[in-house]
Amino acid sequence: MRNIKAVFLKQLGDTLKNKMVLIQFLMFPVLVIVFENAVKLEDMPEHFFAKLFAVMFVGMAPLTCMSSIIAEEKEKNTLRVLMMSNVKPAEYLVGVGAYVFVMCAFGTAVFAAVGGYSGADLALFIGVMSIGIILSELTGAIIGVFSRNQMTATSITVPVMMIFSFLPMLSMFNDTIKTAARVTYSQQLSELINGIGVSGITAESVIVLSINLVIAAALFTAAYRSKGLE
Amino acid sequence: MSCTIKTERITKAFGAKTVLDGIDLDIGSGEIFGLLGPSGAGKTTLIKILTGQLSQDSGEAYISGKDTRKLTGADHKRFGITMDNFGLYERLSCYDNLKTFARIYGLPNSSITDVLAKVGLTGAAKTPASKLSKGMTGRLKLARAFMTDPDILFLDEPTSGLDPVSADEIHKIILSEKARGKTVFLTTHTMTEAEKLCDSIALLNEGKIVEYGSPEEICRRYDHQRMLKIHLYDGRDMQLPHNRDSATALAELIAGGKAETIHTTEPNLETVFMELTGKELSA
Repeated sequence: MRNIKAVFLKQLGDTLKNKMVLIQFLMFPVLVIVFENAVKLEDMPEHFFAKLFAVMFVGMAPLTCMSSIIAEEKEKNTLRVLMMSNVKPAEYLVGVGAYVFVMCAFGTAVFAAVGGYSGADLALFIGVMSIGIILSELTGAIIGVFSRNQMTATSITVPVMMIFSFLPMLSMFNDTIKTAARVTYSQQLSELINGIGVSGITAESVIVLSINLVIAAALFTAAYRSKGLE
Repeated sequence: MSCTIKTERITKAFGAKTVLDGIDLDIGSGEIFGLLGPSGAGKTTLIKILTGQLSQDSGEAYISGKDTRKLTGADHKRFGITMDNFGLYERLSCYDNLKTFARIYGLPNSSITDVLAKVGLTGAAKTPASKLSKGMTGRLKLARAFMTDPDILFLDEPTSGLDPVSADEIHKIILSEKARGKTVFLTTHTMTEAEKLCDSIALLNEGKIVEYGSPEEICRRYDHQRMLKIHLYDGRDMQLPHNRDSATALAELIAGGKAETIHTTEPNLETVFMELTGKELSA
């Protein structure tokens, strides 16, 4: 527990100085406040931008931050120093994962406030966002484990992140994309968030999210076993 | 506490390339040992094996009698390690860099200020690691290695790329650790560093130890000329055999106030290494 806390606090101390990571946590929460207050169109669903940006935030921030943090530690050889200081790989991953989760939880709070959620709807929104954050963190960790340096991580992260964060938006305009996107967790998160207070939780979303979680966990385990953390 | 390092016929290969070939070492407690060799000689690989970062293909390695393949977290706490490529958290200050490790080791904040003072970085405590000079970066890495007040220090090229003044500061820190009874295992390709710091050295070439002993012993062993070089006040140079027969002549030169300097002809480590391998040590 001490090592997890040390990694968590180290990341926290680094946050304000790491603009690459900080912008990921701030961009969509700031954008949602601006758009929800500045853009009012006729026939626009209520809290349209809060729902849209919440899904994009979940598809982007945890994934990019996890892969970037792990890849930077590998590139700069600070991860090796931690391992030599008796920090276990699992402790490191939990420490970084907890940090990313907490930072994303602040973003989630902004979306919840702007989206006007309360009561059971708020609980469901937080639950859906939490599952999304964990899935994106796992995906980012897989990329981080596979990447030797930040450049490799970025070149893999960008297309993966764009798929998960933009598919739900594109699927609004194209039914074929929507059909294909239904197997991705971000599309199901979008449908769950848009269904809060309307259709509730669907069996399809639960099944697809569960399968995505199993696949991400299996891929992460395979990546970690074949590559390790160094 | 005894902090000995012993290896027996250590061998390590990466693919078809043998990096270490039958390495035997016996380093006593409280000793500064220097492993000298050109880049790619296998120095870092040996440190990695001794610190449990890498397993040897064959042979045995022991730290204080314990097999290095079975080192635990508690054992690692007894080691201070700086490797040339070990990084720092560049955006964090010197203090915060060390604080991360103080938290990991469960040390009080006073240990951070103590160790910063030890390496002369108290004034730079709030400076981000990215803003440090190369010499200060080296000292911060040493500070991190000192965090747990380890019994054994493994220093991989601790002064590599440093100017003479910065290197000298690090030499003083290393010597002060020896004075406190610490065992130091350092790698270097700088012979002056080895001559200045080390009680014993090994010359490593292509994975094999080609000489082993104290720097003075090794240099004496290769003094094939066995002569005394004398520079006289009148500007002339002369040589005398380094034996009893020269005693009278030497005494007369000194008594007559004619001898300005007297040197033996023993070679330095660089010359010995070239004689043994045909290569330069600093290559």
